[in-house]
Amino acid sequence: MAAEPRELRDDVLNGLQLSTQLERVWRTPSGFLGALMSVDHKVVGRRYIVTAFVFLLLGGILAILMRIQLAGPEKTFLSADKYNQVFTMHGSTMMFLFAVPVMEAFAVYLVPLMVGTRNIAFPRLNAFSYWMFLFGGCFLWISFALNVGPDVGWFAYVPLSSLQYTPTKRPDVWAQMITFTEVAALAVSVEIVVTVFKQRAPGMTLDRIPLFVWAMLVTSFLVMFAMPSIMVASTSLILDRLVNTRFYDSSSGGHPLLWQHLFWFFGHPEVYIIFIPGTGMVSAILATFARRPVVGYPVVILSLIATGFLSFGLWVHHMFVTGLPQLGAGLFTASSMLIAVPSGLQIFCWLATLWDGRPVYRTPLLFVIGFVVIFVLGGLSGVMVASVPIDTQVHDTYFVVAHFHYVLIGGAVFPLIGAVYYWFPKIAGRMLSERLGRWNFWLAFIGFNVAFFPMHILGLIGMPRRVYTYTADMDWAHLNLLSSGGALIFALSFALLLVNVIYSLRKAELAGDNPWNASTLEWATSSPPPPQNFDRIPVVKHRDPLWADNESLPVVAGLSAERREVLLTSLAEAEPQIREASPEPSIWPLLTAIATTVFFIGSIFTPWAVLWGTPPMAVALIGWFWPTGSKEDEE
Amino acid sequence: MRQNIVRNVSELPTYGYGPRSGPWWGAIGFMALEGMGFAIAIGAYLYLYAVNPNWPIGASPPDLWPGTAEVAIYLLSIIPNEMTNRAAHRQDLAKVRTGLIVMVMIGTALLVLRGFEFAHLNTRWDNSAYGSIVWLILGLHTTHLATDVGDTVVLAVLMFTRHAKPRRFSDVSDNVFYWNFVVLAWLPLYVLLDWVPRL
Repeated sequence: MAAEPRELRDDVLNGLQLSTQLERVWRTPSGFLGALMSVDHKVVGRRYIVTAFVFLLLGGILAILMRIQLAGPEKTFLSADKYNQVFTMHGSTMMFLFAVPVMEAFAVYLVPLMVGTRNIAFPRLNAFSYWMFLFGGCFLWISFALNVGPDVGWFAYVPLSSLQYTPTKRPDVWAQMITFTEVAALAVSVEIVVTVFKQRAPGMTLDRIPLFVWAMLVTSFLVMFAMPSIMVASTSLILDRLVNTRFYDSSSGGHPLLWQHLFWFFGHPEVYIIFIPGTGMVSAILATFARRPVVGYPVVILSLIATGFLSFGLWVHHMFVTGLPQLGAGLFTASSMLIAVPSGLQIFCWLATLWDGRPVYRTPLLFVIGFVVIFVLGGLSGVMVASVPIDTQVHDTYFVVAHFHYVLIGGAVFPLIGAVYYWFPKIAGRMLSERLGRWNFWLAFIGFNVAFFPMHILGLIGMPRRVYTYTADMDWAHLNLLSSGGALIFALSFALLLVNVIYSLRKAELAGDNPWNASTLEWATSSPPPPQNFDRIPVVKHRDPLWADNESLPVVAGLSAERREVLLTSLAEAEPQIREASPEPSIWPLLTAIATTVFFIGSIFTPWAVLWGTPPMAVALIGWFWPTGSKEDEE
Repeated sequence: MRQNIVRNVSELPTYGYGPRSGPWWGAIGFMALEGMGFAIAIGAYLYLYAVNPNWPIGASPPDLWPGTAEVAIYLLSIIPNEMTNRAAHRQDLAKVRTGLIVMVMIGTALLVLRGFEFAHLNTRWDNSAYGSIVWLILGLHTTHLATDVGDTVVLAVLMFTRHAKPRRFSDVSDNVFYWNFVVLAWLPLYVLLDWVPRL
């Protein structure tokens, strides 16, 4: 009897041989069709990042349009109707198409590298998630271009968004865009959780996981437990509008406040879904540029977890003026203030890290310092609006606009831009210009504060949100002009970032594997990483593996070199357990996303789309799951 | 950076069951988010129940027999489901095939019964907020049921082809696990839909 042919393993190959073989096995197929089939987390992650930044650009242009309109009294640059669309599109784009997706995009790219694995868990689901995000975003923006863009605010409160008060298709577009983006976000959250739980490098015990990965793990759980709420809410809204259900119709037992409860049960954790990844970025950047591990690693992790839990106990502070019972208002005031404690603890840990380190003030660190200043100011105004008497006074004024921009831009955008400067060398293989980066930072920091700080005062002197103009006798003109000027400077800083990226992609110096002398595993591979991420899976013996093992990296051998395999490890101790097959590239995730898109968009126009839209989805899903083409099944 | 091989993992298995495998954790993730969806829908039901002086609104409670029959079938289905699981762990292909066919038949029967349940809710979705929420919850669980039956059908067909490889038994085991969640999700929904209106 002939002996079974022995499988080609990485333990019989050396150096260049191994790299070449693994690249052949793990590469994305060439050509246009190949690009559409890619399941490489780095390819999907890069697409996600670029797409999210395109939406940032679009949302930013809308912000500038609003600031031009509000720069002086009684301007007619935008009509009231167009202004409603513009502020709705701005909020919806920034929250659903930029802030959450861009954080998940960075996680899709970085988490597998940081935990030392070759691909994300469920790579085809990952590709599907990106296509759904892209199609949902395009759907919203094409609708806007066709003058069917939503105009009921990014919160779409009923009864304004009900059929009675908005009989157009605009709220349907908004509600269905939510479904697209939530499907995408939920898919990514499951992938991240499973990647972190099961695909960590051997030895990466729970107390050796990088803080950015911890942050994304907590964020993923928040997504999983918060986002179903907005899906139930938006589905109910669309059903009310399309098939006459009565969820929010008070004449038939429905209740408009149900919308607000469902929306804000998602909406407040949403703030932390955006903020917590930002804190992970801050921890990563700080450790590298302070040149020491973050002080209080367990404290930071416990703070992340506590923030995640507490974020579910805050939603009612958005509804203080709706006449809730006082006991409830008191409870939610307390929990809203309490969340400042874990956030504050993290800030003290970061300050101690800087204090005890030997900081190198490069651009990423400047953005982190900018984050600390702006976020602390946003947190202080947050404690103010958590209090019922103050909230009652400033509710729906520009004070709240100032507060949440301080929190969201301070808490997320500043760390994010720092992260772009920090990880660009790994992603693109080249350094961003430090000189342009410093200009970028100072324009952003000054522009942001000039744009948003005056809004606190405007709110306190009574300027309401969401108004498209105001009269000269209100005395709001000077501060609004100042704010608009600041917004232009802030916008200029992003233009500079774009210039820096385009310039650096072509002409900047090559980065090398670890240009910052950082300590986490993504810097143990080349820049940009090869398709297989690592030729051999690293073994982690310390919390900062590249600082502890800076001469020689311990690795494991024995994985297949002729088909895609990832190493699964145990949950707590990260002990190797299984060599599991990782899916091959496939066109089916794209086809499934197309079928789902037809289903979702069709359902806006007729409930029958649910019937005729289902068979193509079922066919696409069967194609996705059927193992034809899988190397393991072809043996 | 130089590399130092400290362990060889070539002897590790290429698939595993339960918490050792990746798809099992994926199933847990989807159970968490779907379970949260049900919890939110239950919260919406109870909210509408609390703000309305009369419940059900303009309708009598659902007829009990379809939901109760479903509970019985769901609970009984755990027996062949677990037998399929054990056969999968033993890698007994013949019994796995039989088990999957039985589970497809049970799922199909439940879908038919679900049609009767909609007809016996005694309210339409557009009658009142009560009608809307019970149709929504039942619709959510029906989608849940239908997708799992579809998944089981595909897996059953797969096990009759050349793709019935040893690691597929792990997929069967995960499918069994997920069905138990479908059963578990139905129990509180049954109490909510069929008994709360009778309080």
